[in-house]
Amino acid sequence: MTGDLRQADALMTLEGLTKAYPGVVANDQVSFSLLPGEVHALLGENGAGKSTLVKMIYGLVKPDAGQMTLKGETFTPVNPAAARAAGVAMVFQHFSLFDALSVAENIALGMDNPPTPRELSARIREVSQAYGLPLDPERTVGDLSAGERQRVEIIRCLLQNPKLLIMDEPTSVLTPQEVEILFETLRKLTDEGTAILYISHKLEEIRSLCEHATILRHGVVVDTCDPREKSARELAEMMVGDTLHVPSREHWEPGDEALSLEGVSMTSPNEFGVNLRNVSLSVRKGEVLGIGGVAGNGQDELLAVLSGEARASAGAIKLSGDEINTLPPNARRTRGLLTAPEERLGHSAAPEMSLTENALLTGAVRENLVERGFLRWGKAESFARRIIEAFDVRTPGTENAAGSLSGGNLQKFVIGREVLQDPDVLVVNQPTWGVDAAAAASIRQSLLDLAHKGAAVIVISQDLDELMEIADRFTALNEGRVANPVPTQNLSVEEIGLMMGGGEGEVAA
Amino acid sequence: MDLGQINPILLLASLMVAATPILLAAIGEAVVEKSGVLNLGVEGMMITGAVVGFAIGVNTQTPALGFVAAAVAGAALSMLFGLLVLYLKSNQVATGLGLTLFGLGLSALIGKPYEGIKAPTMAKWDIPLLSDIPVLGPILFKHDPMVYVSLIIVAATWYVLTKTRAGLILRGVGENHDAAHALGYKVNRVRLIAIAFGGACAGLGGAYISLVRVPQWVEGMTAGAGWIALAIVVFASWRPWRVLLGAYLFGGITVLQLNLQAAGVALPVEVLAMSPYVVTILVLVGISFKGNHGAPGSLGRSFHATH
Repeated sequence: MTGDLRQADALMTLEGLTKAYPGVVANDQVSFSLLPGEVHALLGENGAGKSTLVKMIYGLVKPDAGQMTLKGETFTPVNPAAARAAGVAMVFQHFSLFDALSVAENIALGMDNPPTPRELSARIREVSQAYGLPLDPERTVGDLSAGERQRVEIIRCLLQNPKLLIMDEPTSVLTPQEVEILFETLRKLTDEGTAILYISHKLEEIRSLCEHATILRHGVVVDTCDPREKSARELAEMMVGDTLHVPSREHWEPGDEALSLEGVSMTSPNEFGVNLRNVSLSVRKGEVLGIGGVAGNGQDELLAVLSGEARASAGAIKLSGDEINTLPPNARRTRGLLTAPEERLGHSAAPEMSLTENALLTGAVRENLVERGFLRWGKAESFARRIIEAFDVRTPGTENAAGSLSGGNLQKFVIGREVLQDPDVLVVNQPTWGVDAAAAASIRQSLLDLAHKGAAVIVISQDLDELMEIADRFTALNEGRVANPVPTQNLSVEEIGLMMGGGEGEVAA
Repeated sequence: MDLGQINPILLLASLMVAATPILLAAIGEAVVEKSGVLNLGVEGMMITGAVVGFAIGVNTQTPALGFVAAAVAGAALSMLFGLLVLYLKSNQVATGLGLTLFGLGLSALIGKPYEGIKAPTMAKWDIPLLSDIPVLGPILFKHDPMVYVSLIIVAATWYVLTKTRAGLILRGVGENHDAAHALGYKVNRVRLIAIAFGGACAGLGGAYISLVRVPQWVEGMTAGAGWIALAIVVFASWRPWRVLLGAYLFGGITVLQLNLQAAGVALPVEVLAMSPYVVTILVLVGISFKGNHGAPGSLGRSFHATH
């Protein structure tokens, strides 16, 4: 398809859009066009300028130069309300929802002229039925699952009858089933002529959903393609502008048992959590154990019981044969069991504190950063610096607040912090959540390298491709239970599905 | 001890008068906090309202003008807070405490010439027919207009917060200011309006003390009423009708314990004096045991637009 043809039929065109912030040009002369009914992918690494670009389209940021047209007319939204009025809707990466308010109130806040509450509730029910996204307008948003929360955002957009729907990382918190439902909804929308501008790091999804892709690197459009004709690896290389390093491992024999759980049960401390039920697992030195499963099946609880944040009510947790269930987190760290939880901001890192302070928080014991109650700042800083260098964390310095880092960079930091402490057993939950392809590859490689050095690694993840790539054995969590782990080699999709769905919980090992 | 001299009808009637200053300040602060801002300067705005309301009331001999001036003064002082906190991103707790100290000092300065003067009296309304109802009439329908104004403000606050779009936007801004900004709402503008409303209400509450309740100007006369108002907002889970309940409960027990002291009840004065605080806290904690009573999600956090 030639550029002229695309221009002529275009729903929206962007021409020479430029936006500079102090010290960085976020977008430099970005031009492309969107056709009605097309799913258009916007690809790029973290910090390539995708978010700035869509914020300009949605009226949140004013471009320094360049112009946009919508349906042939000049389009200069002064604020999101103007963009919405013109038919542009957006689903945000970090959900723009209000936890304490009801679904209907949340949706009303995203509309410019909402109908009366009763009519709105009726319309929410109607639209949610029509698109297969069941949703009760009276429920409080804070009680909803990630998938349901996203439905709220999508329905909020759909009620405006958008011509263009912008989606920023819509699937990063969804389960595979929820992704399937989302894609069906999006296909229905495109059949009705709505164009979708789709940002995601999940290249396989882009290959199955999008017809056209524009690739950004350092704020510049470097390429366009039809993602259906490219492999995920080719797409990743177009983004990075370099050959992509795929994690690789030689085969080696795992050693003795490093960590074992025998019949561990735990009542979740969280009201909406899942109880662990009779979990038995073991992992050997030099082995990577992958634990799959749909979110909310006990992943957080399993991590908590291993890190020492929570105690098992029954069963035994043994580290190199010693019972450790009653030990608090720091005592476990001393013995070589380290953990990296899923939630980057607030759980694995304190957003307001500097990187040095964050390095201190988990590294104090093993890196000897505390001496007789006093902090050894110099040593802590050099530890933070080592993490930054070894894991290519892009930040101006160790004094920057953890919250100021982009998601991928902070993730590299929190994983690096544990890996460099040379653990005997490392447990990570969602190590590459919301991280771009190159950073994800380097995180996975570091986990493999750690295993190669003789550590036992447990990777809890919802990304099955990730687990297939790095795990020696695979199991899945389902309603707080785990199936018997099986070797990942030659594992079929049916077997995985059976384990994730609970099946009999007994797949031949 | 002579409990017979306590007239229950007079007691209940004076309850409403005793509670009105705290009620006004607390309902204003509830709105401010619903928008996500914690203004600890209530005491300072109240006392400023008290002195300005008194001065204008005395000079014009019109209490109504005094109340208007008090609301303006409270709002003006709160705008100072709003400017510092919203646009200069100062710390809300420190700025609020500073505002209280500033208000106390400023009011002492303004009030010096007005010490020892009596306030012009505010006529009580005898609402026709209603005030003739036995028992209920004298309790509910024989007050000065500000008592009814305060009740109307509570009802209007409840209505606006729960039933109108403006109230929904205000709650949204207080719950998650980043999301509200992403949807295109002017976070700081909404908050500035809420802060001005809170300041005006605190000013009215202060003026009620100096023009009706006492009625004269004494330095430091609010005597911690602003802090009680702040506590009531929290224990009332940021809900207007519970703020009313808390303020009336506190006012009621204050009046009751004064009557009991006068009647010579054989309880230490200290125990009686602390009883309003203890009972109010216990009752409101009891109420908030059930149900959802979380603080607004963005309360006390300053808002930085990311661009």
